[in-house]
Formats: sequence, C-alpha cells, structure tokens
Amino acid sequence: MDLLLGAVVLGVLLGCFYAAVSVGLSVSFGLLDVPHVAHPAFLVLASYCVFLLNDRYDIDPLVAGLIITPLFFVFGLVAYRIYYEIFEKRGTDAAVRGIAFFFGIAFIIEVLIILQFGVDQQSVSASYIGKSWRFGEFRIPIRQLVAFAVALGLTSLLALYLSKTFMGRAIRAVAQDEEALRLMGANPVRIKQFAFGIATAVLGMAGALLIIVAPVEPTLDRAYIGRTFCVVVMAGLGSMTGTLVAAIILGVAETIVLTLFGASWAPAISFGMLLAVLAIRPQGLLGR
Amino acid sequence: MTQGIVQDIAQDVTSAAAPLLEIGGLTKTFGGFTALDNISVDIRKGERFGLIGPNGSGKTTLINCISGALRQNAGSVMFCGEDITQLPPHLRARRGIARSFQIPRPFKSMTVLENLMVGLDFTAGHHVSGLPEEEAAMSILARMGLAAKAGAPTDTLSQVELRKMELARAMAMRPKLLISDEAMAGLSHSEVDEVLDLLISLGDEDITIIMIEHIMQAVMRFSRRMMCLDAGRIIALGAPDEVMANKRVQEAYLGT
Amino acid sequence: MTKRSNSIAFWAGVAVFLVAVTAMTQIVRNEYPFFAGYVILQFVVLSVAWSILGGYAGYVNFGTNAFFGVGVYTAVALFKVSGAPLVVQIAAAGVVGMLLGLAVGLLTLRMRGIFFSIATIALAIIIETTVMNWRFVGGAAGIQLQRPPVMEPFDSYVKMLFFVQGVLVVIAVAIARYIQNSRIGRGLQALRDDELAAECTGVPTLKLKLVACMISGGLISAAGAPAAMYLQYADPSSAFNLSYSVSVLAMSLIGGTAHWIGPVLGAILLGTTQQLLAVTISSEVNVLVLGIMLVVFVVAAPKGIIGLLRPRYRLRAGGKT
Repeated sequence: MDLLLGAVVLGVLLGCFYAAVSVGLSVSFGLLDVPHVAHPAFLVLASYCVFLLNDRYDIDPLVAGLIITPLFFVFGLVAYRIYYEIFEKRGTDAAVRGIAFFFGIAFIIEVLIILQFGVDQQSVSASYIGKSWRFGEFRIPIRQLVAFAVALGLTSLLALYLSKTFMGRAIRAVAQDEEALRLMGANPVRIKQFAFGIATAVLGMAGALLIIVAPVEPTLDRAYIGRTFCVVVMAGLGSMTGTLVAAIILGVAETIVLTLFGASWAPAISFGMLLAVLAIRPQGLLGR
Repeated sequence: MTQGIVQDIAQDVTSAAAPLLEIGGLTKTFGGFTALDNISVDIRKGERFGLIGPNGSGKTTLINCISGALRQNAGSVMFCGEDITQLPPHLRARRGIARSFQIPRPFKSMTVLENLMVGLDFTAGHHVSGLPEEEAAMSILARMGLAAKAGAPTDTLSQVELRKMELARAMAMRPKLLISDEAMAGLSHSEVDEVLDLLISLGDEDITIIMIEHIMQAVMRFSRRMMCLDAGRIIALGAPDEVMANKRVQEAYLGT
Repeated sequence: MTKRSNSIAFWAGVAVFLVAVTAMTQIVRNEYPFFAGYVILQFVVLSVAWSILGGYAGYVNFGTNAFFGVGVYTAVALFKVSGAPLVVQIAAAGVVGMLLGLAVGLLTLRMRGIFFSIATIALAIIIETTVMNWRFVGGAAGIQLQRPPVMEPFDSYVKMLFFVQGVLVVIAVAIARYIQNSRIGRGLQALRDDELAAECTGVPTLKLKLVACMISGGLISAAGAPAAMYLQYADPSSAFNLSYSVSVLAMSLIGGTAHWIGPVLGAILLGTTQQLLAVTISSEVNVLVLGIMLVVFVVAAPKGIIGLLRPRYRLRAGGKT
C-alpha cells in the first residue's frame, strides 16, 4: 500500500512535469492545428542546449533554461513562418507533406545530436540534483520537486497568459474563428506565428526540466511523442487546465505500472491511453 | 401555385406508397448546443422539397444527419422503408442518397470526368471499367453543360462550374434522393437560373430533390412543399405560399 | 496507349527484368554487386509497399521499421522452430505483416491521419521492446543464424537472396500497379483528396484504408524476412532501426507517390547513392543526408521526381498505365 502511495505521489510530480512538456503542443497542435510531430525533438534539443551550458560553463540548468527561452522563441517564430509559407498556403497534399516534413526535421535533429554529442546518456549537475528529501516514509528526490514546482509555475503562467492578456485571448480566438479575426482587422498569421513562438519558448524551459529529471539521450524524443500527444488529446485540444489534469493522470498511471511491472512498458501506457481517449471521448476529458 | 397544391393533394389521395424518407424525432447536439431538436418530417417520392431557415437554424446539420456525415444523438432516419439510422455515409450513398456540399468539395487531383467516375464506380452499380462508364459520365456532363471541361483539372473551374460539377457528381450516383445544399449561393442572376432549370429538369425525372437555398425566388419557384427551420426546430411546413406567409417564418428571417 | 498494349509492355518489362537478374547471378563472379544489389532491391519493395498506403491513400506510416523488424523476426522464429525454407519464411512474414496492418488500421484509421502516424511510431517502440525481451529469438543480444545449403541454379546464398528479392520486386510492383489502375485506386485517390466527399459519394473509405494498410504491411514484412539470412544475424536494434522508416519515406516522397514508378525510381537512385557513399561516410551522416533530402523535396518538389519529369502528369487511377 505504501508502495502504491509513494508511486502516486511520484506520479503527480511526474505528471506536472509532463504538463510543462506538453503545454507547448497544446498550443501548436491543439490550438493551431500544426501536425508538430517534431515537438519532442525540439524538447530534446533544448535539453542538450542546457547540457552544453551546464557542462561547459557550469551554468545552473534552470538558469540555462531561462537563457535559451528567448532563443527558442525566435526559433519558433521562424519555424512557423517556414511551415506556413510552404504548407498552409499551398494546400496540395499538405497533410501528408506537413507530417513528413516534421518527421524529417525530428529525425535530422536526432542525428545532429548524435553526431555532436554521441549516443550516450548525458546529465546535468546542480546543487539540488543527487539529494533526496525525507517525507515521513518516503524519499523524494529533490530534483523531482524542483521540476514539479517549475513545471507548475510554467503551466500556470501560460494558462494565465492565454486567458488574461490581450495577445493570449487573440491566440485562442484565432484557433476558434480565424475568419472573424481577419474581419476585425487582426492578422491571423502573425498571431499564429507568435503563438508558435511562445509554444517553442516554453519548450526551452521544459527541456531544462527534462534533463534535470533524468539523463537524456538522442532518441528520447520517440518516447515523448506518445506522451505529449496523449496528454494534449486527453486534455481536449487547447485546454490548459485539461493539460495539467491529463498529464497528472498519465504520470500517475505510468508510475504505478512502472512500480508494478517495470520500465519497458512505459511507452505502451501513453499510447494505450491515447487510443482509448480517441475511441471513447475524442473531444478529451475537459473538451467541449 | 394553386396548381401545385392541387397536384400535391391529388398525389396525396392517389398515392398509397410509403414516404421515401422518414425522419423521426431527430436530435443533434454539439456539447451544450442543440442544433436539431426533435425533427420529424416525411419526404415523398418525386417531391420537390424546399428547406429554408436563417443561418444556424440547422439546415446543413439536418442534411449531414440524413446523409450520414454526422451521427444523430436521438431519432431515426428511414429510407425506402429501411432503417438507415446506423448506416455509414457510403452505404447510404449506395442506397440512393446523394448530396452536394455547400462549399464544393471536388477531388482536386482528378479531372472533372474522373470526379464523376468515382460516383459511377462506387454507387451506380457499374463494376466494369472501360468505355460504357465513361460514356455515361460524359452524357451527364453534357447535360450539365460541362462536356467541354471533362478533361480539365478542377482548379480551372469557375464557381458556377464547380457547383454544377458537384451536382453532376451527385447525379453520377444515380440517386433516388438528391440533396442540394445552397448550390446557388453567390451566383449571378443568370447562373442561378441555369442551376435552377437543371434541378427542375432533374425533378421532372422523378428524382426526389431537397433544396436548401437562401434565394427565395428560386426556392419558391422550385418547391412544391417547403419547410422552415429556426434554432433547430420546424416552425413551418406546407405549401410555399403558406410557409412564406407564416408570421414566425417572417420573424425568423427579419427579426422581431 | 490502350490498356491491352500497356499490359503487354509491362509484363514484357517484367520478363526482361527477371531474365536480367537471373543472368546476373549466373555470369557475375564477384559477390559484392549482389550484396549491394540485394539492399537496393529490398528498398524498392519497401518503398513501393509503403506508397500503397502513404502515396495512394495519404496515410503516412512512420513505422516501416516495425513491419520490417516483424518480418525479420517471423523468419527467425520460424527458422528456429522448424528450419522452414525461405519461401515459407517470406510467406509467413507476409501474413503476420498483414495481420499487424489490420490491427493498427482498425485501431487508428478511423481517425485523422496524424494519429495513424503517431500510432505507427508507438507500434515500433512497443514491438521492439517486446522482441528485446523475447529469449527465444535472442532478446536484446541478438541471434546468429546458420544458412541452409544453397539450391541450384545458384552457386552462392547471397546470389539466391538477390534473385528472391528481385521476385519480391515484381510482386510488389504488380500489386501496386493493379491497385493503381483499379477501382480501389480511384477510391483511395478520392479519399486522399477529400475523405468526407468520398464517403458521401459511396466510397467505403474505412474498408479501402484497411485493405491498403494490410497489403502495405504484408509486403514490407515479406521484404524483411530474407534479411535474417542475408546478415546471418538478427538483433532488435538493427532489425527495427529507424533508418528504415526515414529511408523509405524519403525514397517514396522523393520519387513521387502518384505512380508506382515513383518509389521505384526513388529507391534505385537513393539506394544506389547510399551504397556508393557507405564506404566513404559514416552511416549516421548517410541517413542524415537522406533526412535532409526528404525535407528539401517535401518543401520544394512535392510531387517528387516524377512530378519534375512530367509536370502535367496526373494519376490516372482506373486509367491506362
């Protein structure tokens, strides 16, 4: 029983981390409908950037995450502009080509990382990594708590941004009715581009959390593709609160199965849940 | 119009046949929004049926439920005495229900002729590929005035030509029921007349036609019976004159 | 060209191809061309097979490596259990591949294309994990295989495998060509253009997608079966290597998916280039180049090589090629 309780607690912590990792996809795929299968690859890329800063210049990974966030924002702006010019405008066979495009990009990123860093796992070092916190019967690694706290903050920040600020609401509006927005004089493409930039910027910080939570290796993006899409679909496309709830459910489910059956089946959980949701309630748990 | 009503009554009295399409208690909701609320109506064979209503009243939703593109939440759809409520769209198409889309949906990688061949291949019951099929398709195109464009890719077609191709493709399916969803929207006066004459001539061939339209003169000229929807409910059903004179219909369109 | 004369031309071409392949095995002494040739022919089969679902129907399979690996391991398992001959291994792999295609299809083909694609990635991970834990076929460490004695008229096993893969090329191309020119092809083209309109025009979209997925999967697995004997060794990380997925995707899209000749051209061109470069650059860079070319072509030449060669070319489904 204690084992299970411990698993649940760790699962919640993990889940919040999954939320931070997926929240960008909630925007890019959930709201903007971009078939962004390269999202996890961007995430891993961010982790390696953080690793580089930490390994070479001894910068704390969270600080490194903050440093790369603006870089990733620009990266997102550029990426969306390219995607839009080539795929959204032209429209012939766009769906197939769009997916193939992002798959190609993800693969290129993976190979470039291998060429630069090798296939072995890499991890970062920081004051809070390596220690655990005694909490009654349990020992919770401090790095999980740090990741949890930052993830929660990140997700809440983004949710607040989307609901309270003018730009945030414009982004949600463009997802609902692009035509209406255009008629009101706003430029939907600019808004979508900005949204994609923000989604990618969040990945910068999420990448830092990724490498804090566990060592990374170049093929990690494949495991995360199931997780992130599972969370985003379960959440109901575009719902921020839903993303948090769905991520926590996934985190808890994974940790329980991990505790009971071992680690090899982790990818199967997220994928299985994704399928179940798509079959039973495609609009997501909190979607309309 | 009196003649139409007389014909209608005569048809009622003499025809003991079951209706072609029976919609019973059809309800469709999207989350909290009710698009169709307990719709029941019968369409008779060979009827020219007009469906009107302000934007958002549920006309296209009703069509989607009839053709199977949407699953209803409650209610039933019977076609030729068979319960098709659970059937997927392609099986309903095979049984004789054809529809055109409000915004034309051509198969963009195909020529106009090839677009029609899809209908012929999969619905009209022709399983032999070769000359006879192409001839059938060409004759339909000729009738629609599109024969010259048979080999053209669909992106070279004008709006009215696309609308006609939508109808031609539906015709290639040899339907018993043809549903035209705002085929005349945005067309010029003469273009409207073109399409209207086409539909009337199809109606003369004993094909049952449901026409959704906003252009009132067209609907009035075409329909023998009309139904008006508002906010998912039927607010009027009957002869065109009666429906147009109905206070609630006028309110729905003009606002109170 | 009438349909009849086209058919004659095609089958004449097939005959010439098979004669050439056989002649090569009898005449050429050096083994190297057969090692390289086997790989190229294998990629032709994989690309043509992939294109049946990805090109005609527009559903992008990222899990080619899953089906390929399944083919390899079906052959391995069968061989270990019963010493079954190569033909049986290939047939069995084909059947397993078809069943897998059916399973994946039933689970995901009702949904948007992107979910099918993601499902195929997950499938690859799950199957690879399963095989890694399967002691019988060697688990993560892999398994060595002893080739049975080679049959007449071949004087080396590799030459025979080369010929076998050549036969698979003919089978794959014949099937793809048949689908392309039939009602099925027109239906797939319609559903790729506009699935809802196709469905409302009477096209049984789910059924056609499932058929395409099964045939595609079956052929990919069949092409993987001889690889076990080719290498005389099988291990999960090479049998399920992601480079298969990327290469096949690149070859098909670069060649052009509107016609079966596209993937053939793409596989021959890129496969040959890969073989030539393999000596000079590392395998990672090799696949990196392929990934970059994929992106470049998807962006700049969406219709692939066949689109560049014949810009006015239209897929004449149900037509005469």
